[in-house]
Amino acid sequence: MKRPLWIILLTLLFTALTGSVALAQEPQPTPSDDAVNAIAKELFCPVCENTPLDVCPTEACKQWRALIRQQLAEGKTKDEIQRYFVVQYGARVLSEPPREGLNWLIYVVPPVLFVIGAGILFSVFRSWKKPLPEIAQPEADTPQPGGDDNYIKSLEAELRKRD
Amino acid sequence: MTENTPNAETPKKGVPTWVQVVIWIVLLSLLGLVGLGLRRAQQPVVAIGSPLQDFTLTLFKGYEYQGADSVKLSDLRGKVVVINVWASWCKPCEAEAPFLQEAWEYYEPSGQVVFLGVDYVDTEPEARASLEKFNITYPNGPDLGTRISQLLNRNMGVPETYMVDADGVLRYIKIGPFASTGEILTAINPLLP
Repeated sequence: MKRPLWIILLTLLFTALTGSVALAQEPQPTPSDDAVNAIAKELFCPVCENTPLDVCPTEACKQWRALIRQQLAEGKTKDEIQRYFVVQYGARVLSEPPREGLNWLIYVVPPVLFVIGAGILFSVFRSWKKPLPEIAQPEADTPQPGGDDNYIKSLEAELRKRD
Repeated sequence: MTENTPNAETPKKGVPTWVQVVIWIVLLSLLGLVGLGLRRAQQPVVAIGSPLQDFTLTLFKGYEYQGADSVKLSDLRGKVVVINVWASWCKPCEAEAPFLQEAWEYYEPSGQVVFLGVDYVDTEPEARASLEKFNITYPNGPDLGTRISQLLNRNMGVPETYMVDADGVLRYIKIGPFASTGEILTAINPLLP
C-alpha cells in the first residue's frame, strides 16, 4: 500500500511543479493595449489628420501601434518612442507641437490675447461703475457750489407747489 | 446747461497710444501669418516648370544608389529622375509597383534615368516586405520627417509620381497610380536628354 501512495504523491508533486512552470512561461500580453494606447493617443498619423492614433482604424495606424508595442517590448520609454516618431515622420505627428521656433506663437499668443482682453474688459466695466459728475454726492438741502442758484430755486419752488 | 456737459478738462484715462499701436501691430502680424498659411494651403503642389527644391533621400539597406546609403537630388543633374511616393499600406501603390519596376528595368541600362522610391508614413518591416513582394530593385528609402513629401505636395496622398528633367526642373506630376508600363514610358521619353 505504501508504494501506490508514493507514486500518487510524486505524481501530484510533478503535476504541481510542471503546472506552475507552464503558468510562469505562459506568454504575458505585454505590453498591454492600454500601455500602447497611452502613447498612441498623443500621436497623430499624417494620413488621417485629426484622428488620434489610438482610435484610428487605417492600416497605416495599425502598423504604427504595432511599432509602439514593439518598442515598448524593447524597453523604450514614452519619450524615446515619441522622439523616434518625430524623427521618422516629423513633428506634426505630435498632439502637442514642440516648444520651438514659430510654434512658440501657439503657446504665447493666446494667453497674451487673454490678458489684453481681460484688461480691456476691466477698464470698460470700471468706466461703467463711475458715477456721473452731475449726480455725484447729491445733497438736497445744501446748495451746490458754483451751481445755477436761480435754476435750483425755481425747481424747488415748483416742487413745493406740487406738494 | 453746464450740468449736462461732461467736464472737458478731465484728463482722459485709457490705454496709452503706444500700447494700442503695439496691439494693432501684433494683430496685423497674426493676420498676415494666417493669410500666408492659407495661401500656402491653396497651392499645395509644386509647380510644373519650376526647379524642384533639393532634398536628400536616406536609402534602405539593400536599396542603395551606386553603393551610397543616401542620394541627393542635385547630384543627379544630367539624368531624368522619377520620384515615386508610395507606402506598403496603400493598395493602389501595389497595383502600379510592377509597372514601375518594369519601366526601371527598361531604362536602367542606359543610365539616363534614375528611379527613387520615397516610402511615405510607413514602417520599415512592412515597407521591405512590400519591396520584396514586388521584386523592386531601384533605390528606395523612408521619407524621414515627411520632409520630401511635404516639399512635393502638402496634401500628399499616395501614390504620387514626380518627374524631374536633366536640368532639375519638374516636368511631370501623376497623382494616383499608373495604369500601365506604357503610361510611364510615355511620360519619361520626352524628358530624355
